[in-house]
Amino acid sequence: MKNHVWRPLYVALAIVLLILTARLFLVPEDFGVHERGYMYGWYRKGNEAEWRAVKVKYRTAAYCKECHAKEYDAIKGSPHSRIMCENCHGPALDHPDDPPTLTIDRHRSLCARCHALLPYKTSGRSDIRGINIETHHPEAECVLCHWPHNPKAEGKSL
Amino acid sequence: MIDRRTFCKKSMLLVGGLALPLAAFELFDPRKLLADKSDPAKERWVFLVDTEKCVGCGYCVHACKVENEIPYEANVTRTWVERYVVTKDGKSHIDSPKGGRDGFTAGRIEIGEGKHEEIRGEDVNKAFFVPKLCNQCENPPCVQVCPVGATYATADGVVLVDRKWCIGCGYCIMGCPYGVRFFHPVYHVAEKCNFCYHRITKGMKTACVDACAFDARRIGNINDPADPVTRIIVTERVSILKEEYGTKPQVYYLGLSKEVK
Ligand code: HEC
Ligand code: HEC
Ligand code: HEC
Ligand code: HEC
Repeated sequence: MKNHVWRPLYVALAIVLLILTARLFLVPEDFGVHERGYMYGWYRKGNEAEWRAVKVKYRTAAYCKECHAKEYDAIKGSPHSRIMCENCHGPALDHPDDPPTLTIDRHRSLCARCHALLPYKTSGRSDIRGINIETHHPEAECVLCHWPHNPKAEGKSL
Repeated sequence: MIDRRTFCKKSMLLVGGLALPLAAFELFDPRKLLADKSDPAKERWVFLVDTEKCVGCGYCVHACKVENEIPYEANVTRTWVERYVVTKDGKSHIDSPKGGRDGFTAGRIEIGEGKHEEIRGEDVNKAFFVPKLCNQCENPPCVQVCPVGATYATADGVVLVDRKWCIGCGYCIMGCPYGVRFFHPVYHVAEKCNFCYHRITKGMKTACVDACAFDARRIGNINDPADPVTRIIVTERVSILKEEYGTKPQVYYLGLSKEVK
């Protein structure tokens, strides 16, 4: 066969080969079909580990208990027992190393999330005693009169 | 000179050869093929939302945004809480200001463009809160439409997005019937709830579950028959969202109402 037929074919073959070699280097080894099959499981396996490595920010009450036993015991014996400490104090991250101390949010909006009166008899909201935020002692922070860790106790007596 | 017959023969051979994908040369590994069926995953994460218990405090949305580093002021969120108020005239009023991040502290309903509608207590027939999040579908349509394999389902049933692989085409955002996907304002790739994959794989609960003081949100493993969440799903009357799409969502709801879509 004559050369002029083969020559363009060689060029085409070279391009295909180039793409395949480039693919070999560019596509990571762990990219492929995994447990969930071709339809749902075609991905880079290493990405799972990347998601697992995201930093945990909220450490939950079990962690706070180690050092703040007094606050822990107070809140666990109160109507607020189920509220996560970090909802009101911010995420623990590596506290007490970093940050050395957590914020104390005394703002009224903190309590209004649950205690603002809404006329919703058919929702769980109706099981919480509601107050009118505009008229219930608007001049002061709630925690001046209600101890957040144990709202049954009065003021700062605890 | 090449004759027509050989030319046709040779070129057909060549086209055939070029059409063979590399995968055709891969040898089948029978163990790999069998593994899919004979080795069910130890875990299959499922979620249970009890709308009767939700009070609309929004701590779940707040915790989710912080835990998963979704810019706090950006109006996007992986999970949100919807408020439904059905009045005596039969109208349902639905809102979710900032996804419910700051809780629901007033009776007025947001109707868009910063406007509100006042609703009197005596006009309310029923009102309730519905937390929403990714359904981690068994048949996720968002995964099927991804052209580059950047979103996928893990063996334990969570749909993840590979931030390095995503090209930001947005097909998955359009493809999700539940509207749970959005563009991450910082990374400019598709973003979604992943059941706090970094927490559940460490034996912890998701941030939203930990933040919930009322057990309105719970996470469990459907492959463990003793799991309390599994017990509820198999013994009680649970429902799912948009069943007609055939996506087999794995977020189950207690106490849904017909107004909820
Ligand atoms: C390893 C021990 C340790 C753990 C665990 C810990 N803390 Fe602390 N915490 C400290 C120390 C030490 C301080 C600093 C006390 C000070 O500055 O007076 C502190 C300060 C605080 C403060 C500020 C107190 C003030 O008077 O200003 C808050 C609020 C707080 N922690 C909340 C928490 C919460 C919520 C958790 C759980 C997520 C937690 N801590 C877990 C040791 C701990
Ligand atoms: C409902 C919100 C709320 C929750 C939940 C909560 N706190 Fe507090 N906490 C506060 C407020 C508000 C203050 C500040 C009270 C004040 O001094 O005015 C405070 C103060 C503190 C202080 C400072 C020391 C003190 O007694 O003044 C510590 C430490 C603390 N909390 C730890 C905890 C821990 C640990 C938990 C979980 C077991 C927790 N808090 C749960 C709202 C909360
Ligand atoms: C996550 C929801 C939530 C938040 C936030 C919250 N509470 Fe409560 N609170 C409850 C629940 C639930 C009860 C128990 C039901 C009841 O008595 O209404 C309760 C009870 C109370 C009571 C009544 C206690 C009694 O039995 O006499 C007071 C007062 C109170 N809370 C004050 C506060 C204050 C002040 C704050 C802000 C620091 C606050 N709450 C934040 C959920 C919440
Ligand atoms: C100046 C003190 C003061 C402040 C500030 C204050 N309260 Fe009260 N609160 C009271 C007293 C006194 C009562 C009990 C008498 C009553 O029912 O009014 C009470 C009652 C309550 C009750 C129980 C209502 C019931 O029906 O039994 C709740 C819930 C409550 N307060 C929440 C709050 C919240 C939330 C805030 C902040 C937005 C707040 N309070 C601010 C003094 C205060």
